[in-house]
Amino acid sequence: MAYVALSEAEKTFILHGVEEDYRCDGRSRRDYRPMELETGLVSNASGSARLRLANTDILVGVKTEIDVPHQLTPEFGKLEFFVDCSANATPEFEGRGGSDLAQELILSLKNAYESPFAFDYRSLCLIPGQQCWKLYIDILILECGGNLYDAVSLAAKAALFNTKLPRVTATLLDAGITDLIISDNPYDCTRIGIETVPLLVTVCKIGDFCLVDPSAEEEACSTVSMVVAVSQRNNEAFLSGTHMTGGGSMHRDTMLNCLQLGLSIGDYLDKLLVKMLKQEQERVGPKRPKIVGFLK
Amino acid sequence: MAGRFELLSEQGLRLDGRRPHELRHIKCKMGVFEQPDGSAYMEQGNTKVLAAVYGPHQAKGKKTETNDVIINCQYSQATFSTSERKNRPRGDRKSQEFKMYLQQALSAAIKSELYPRSQIDVYVEVLQADGANYAVSLNAATLALIDAGICLNEFVVACTASLSKSNIPLTDISNIEEVSGGPKLTVAALPTAEKIAFLEMSERFHIDHLETVIETAMAGCREIRDILEAAVKEHLIHIGSAADWGRVC
Repeated sequence: MAYVALSEAEKTFILHGVEEDYRCDGRSRRDYRPMELETGLVSNASGSARLRLANTDILVGVKTEIDVPHQLTPEFGKLEFFVDCSANATPEFEGRGGSDLAQELILSLKNAYESPFAFDYRSLCLIPGQQCWKLYIDILILECGGNLYDAVSLAAKAALFNTKLPRVTATLLDAGITDLIISDNPYDCTRIGIETVPLLVTVCKIGDFCLVDPSAEEEACSTVSMVVAVSQRNNEAFLSGTHMTGGGSMHRDTMLNCLQLGLSIGDYLDKLLVKMLKQEQERVGPKRPKIVGFLK
Repeated sequence: MAGRFELLSEQGLRLDGRRPHELRHIKCKMGVFEQPDGSAYMEQGNTKVLAAVYGPHQAKGKKTETNDVIINCQYSQATFSTSERKNRPRGDRKSQEFKMYLQQALSAAIKSELYPRSQIDVYVEVLQADGANYAVSLNAATLALIDAGICLNEFVVACTASLSKSNIPLTDISNIEEVSGGPKLTVAALPTAEKIAFLEMSERFHIDHLETVIETAMAGCREIRDILEAAVKEHLIHIGSAADWGRVC
């Protein structure tokens, strides 16, 4: 993670703020920083989203490809995550400097999406055992201002929502060989169901208290965090994966509290995101806002 | 050159409807990010590039032995930037090459005598690639350097040019024109001094045409310089309006 220079006094100040439930930027322990989200801004990708959470900037592009399903799961499509920590974020990421962080992020996303309840892999299957969609979710980290896990998962979910898969029709040729016809019409497409797609919530322990959405400075004060993957099903929040990051340890009761906090926050965040994305989708024609991207 | 795709229609229009000497639409913005010392975003047609500058700071590692400024560049391309997915964002031969060329062109522009024993990091990230990637990267890097307040001799800008079958020079080549196999020339120039900081060409030109194609690219450079200069002035008016500097420009 990007290095933040903090003195002991500053760390104590942050710690006291967390104890008082009044953080440096005026938030309480359960508050998020303001977010900006835009979808569909990379024209070379099937789906894309850019999320800016205060100073954290994430760009996600989804690319699609037709592949053969795995032998053990013939009815499942495939997902592949790739995280690139751009040197734009910090000079430490130059060359291979960001690969450790990238691996960590890829692993936690993979874990969260692993369960077929968390992501409907069946919807990506074209012909069981023969052909399926493979989605490459390419995540680009452009600026690190803390709370990468949450930002990355939010952006990934938004990009999946934005992804358009061209409609595929199969025709049966002789000798049982099937031939796929992919529609050329850019409007003849299907969407991916994102209701159950998990979000990651980082619950950060500072002193004796847990908080969400830590800024880069707050992350530097914390020894241990809990990343909670929350997946929504039938309007109920489920846990689809969790892991601890950082070198410290926490008591079992604290851990349970963290999980509870993460779950309730994730539930709320998810509902908000889905509501916002649906709103944006409904704005078509002249009402559709122009894509601003980085020009804002 | 038989079988080459015709770049110019009978009406004198290019594949995307531009006239031979026309640039693609340019949009740019300085100061996109908070953390780097300077940053810029540039869009030229569908090619979109982000550049960030860190420094000048103390040189790291064994680079400290020299007295000169070290200009450290990195060129990377997002995996989703091209129509075919790229497997790695950097480290391939093309990005190594571009990195060197960036270093070369920027060294010509930066007033190196002002920054002894320091290092300037320039990181370029191509978000969407649609031709002239190097040229747009360099233009974005120039803006980011200006945003970082690093002294330059003058704007260093790059432009590409090609030649149609009927020997009409074309400015600012898009990806489709690049892949359809015409010759391609990239020039990085200091337009006011009329100096060329970097030149690269591929395919072949007849020596008689080279002069006109270079001149076309230089004209493109001058035009881009004017656009960048206007963008810098507008940015200054914007950030300086509180202190009333805006009127100075």
